[in-house]
Amino acid sequence: MSGLTNRYDFVVLFEVINGNPNGDPDAGNLPRMDPETNHGLVSDVSLKRKIRNYVEFARDGQPGHAIYVQDGAVLNEKHREAYKAIRSEQSTGDKLTPKDDAEAILLRQFMCDNFFDVRTFGAVMGTGINCGQVRGPVQMAFARSIEPIMPLEITITRMAATSEKEKDDTKRSDNRTMGRKHIVPYGLYRAHGFVSAKLSERTGFGEQDKELLFEALANMFEHDHSAARGEMTTRKLIVFKHETALGNAPAHQLFDRVRVGRNVDGEFRLPGERGLDNLPPARAFSDYLVQIDRDGLPTGVELIERL
Amino acid sequence: MPYGIKLHVSGPYACFTRPEMKVERVSYDVMTPSAARGILEAIHWKPAIRWVIDRIHVLEPIRFQSIRRNEVGQKVPVNKVKSALKHRSLDGLRLLCDQDRQQRASTVLTNVAYVIEAHFEMTSRAGDGDNEGKHLDIFNRRAERGQCFHQPCLGTREFDARFRLLDPAEAMPPAITEDRELGYMLWDIDHASAERSAMFFRATMTNGVVNIPQPGAAEICR
Repeated sequence: MSGLTNRYDFVVLFEVINGNPNGDPDAGNLPRMDPETNHGLVSDVSLKRKIRNYVEFARDGQPGHAIYVQDGAVLNEKHREAYKAIRSEQSTGDKLTPKDDAEAILLRQFMCDNFFDVRTFGAVMGTGINCGQVRGPVQMAFARSIEPIMPLEITITRMAATSEKEKDDTKRSDNRTMGRKHIVPYGLYRAHGFVSAKLSERTGFGEQDKELLFEALANMFEHDHSAARGEMTTRKLIVFKHETALGNAPAHQLFDRVRVGRNVDGEFRLPGERGLDNLPPARAFSDYLVQIDRDGLPTGVELIERL
Repeated sequence: MPYGIKLHVSGPYACFTRPEMKVERVSYDVMTPSAARGILEAIHWKPAIRWVIDRIHVLEPIRFQSIRRNEVGQKVPVNKVKSALKHRSLDGLRLLCDQDRQQRASTVLTNVAYVIEAHFEMTSRAGDGDNEGKHLDIFNRRAERGQCFHQPCLGTREFDARFRLLDPAEAMPPAITEDRELGYMLWDIDHASAERSAMFFRATMTNGVVNIPQPGAAEICR
């Protein structure tokens, strides 16, 4: 597999309805927020996790599409057994490093050829000095909501008790356990990503992989439904294709061409504009307008609306 | 100082991890020279040249935020890859992220902007076809057009850096008016030595500007 010949930058817009897009382990699983502005955040690793999960579903068992960093929940027992077998066999604690550079290259090559996520996002391999760092061509940044979010705490109850002791607790009424859920009633989030053609040459991330990456970005939430997430959907995927490997324009100038604002009776208003605070909060994608400035694109840059 | 360049870099987040606090990452107050070098190398680098950072101008107030994430505690074990390569089977070659989970907080900088002042020197690996003018032209051309080898980042890859080349005639954007002792700060890693030792210097920010010692200077400690 050879690499790409074009650089790409992309913008993803995704929404959440009555769900928690990315819990903050520091804040009791409240949706992540920027403490200064109350904008919602979704970490880069959260989005990468979803891409990995999608590829695992969509290309299960196909050569070259194994996933290295796996979510244990989707593994079947057979895999788990294999994992355990390898683990115990290796508990000798020996540190091994490749004999020489040639072997290190061979090992890196093997990982890139077989694992989609190593080829895409890279991986740090091994215990030795510089024996195998794979830097992947795809880089993603934190996603941020267009407007400040307002998480709600929903208290829920469960009829069953966990243990006999809990059941007998006199303080509990009707054997009920109370739980909490944090949801964002509505949030439209924007994420930026980069695909370096030069780094793709090194890992062998090719045209098909790039297509699969964009397919995954468009569909990643369709296969990630859970009680916590609510309804999440990718709404827009806008790709900037550069004619050359190094690129034809700064990424931030291209990103600035995609503007998301509030829809006030069909009129576009930038978030934070005066008077917008009189408006009811956004509760649907139709409360937003996405403006894409296609005029006067820098030469050699093509705007592709994938979704 | 001939062949100097000035690059404006900015972003919503940055994490220039202190080596003494890298399990739960804590960023330095200011971009390190090695991070600045990495940004320049992301735009243009060849073995024939070596970037030397002269000054770092801090344009935005130094502020922090904490972010906790689920991370994996392991790297890819080389011997597992070796055995998979030998047996032509991927069984067992995976990382179960929910069984090897570490929740780590990162104390990162928010809303940063810097101007990196730097120049480059030719190395012993420069060939006949290499000269300063050529590499300077390539760098300036790329930086002006927003071209890069890969998107530069502010410390870690999830915090991408916006960059803009400052014209030599352009006025320097105003730095923050603050003096601060930054203590011992990483200067760079000595990639030439086998043990890849870290090199430090005592960083001082004067009126928002950190002067960086040149390679081989007495201020650089190992």
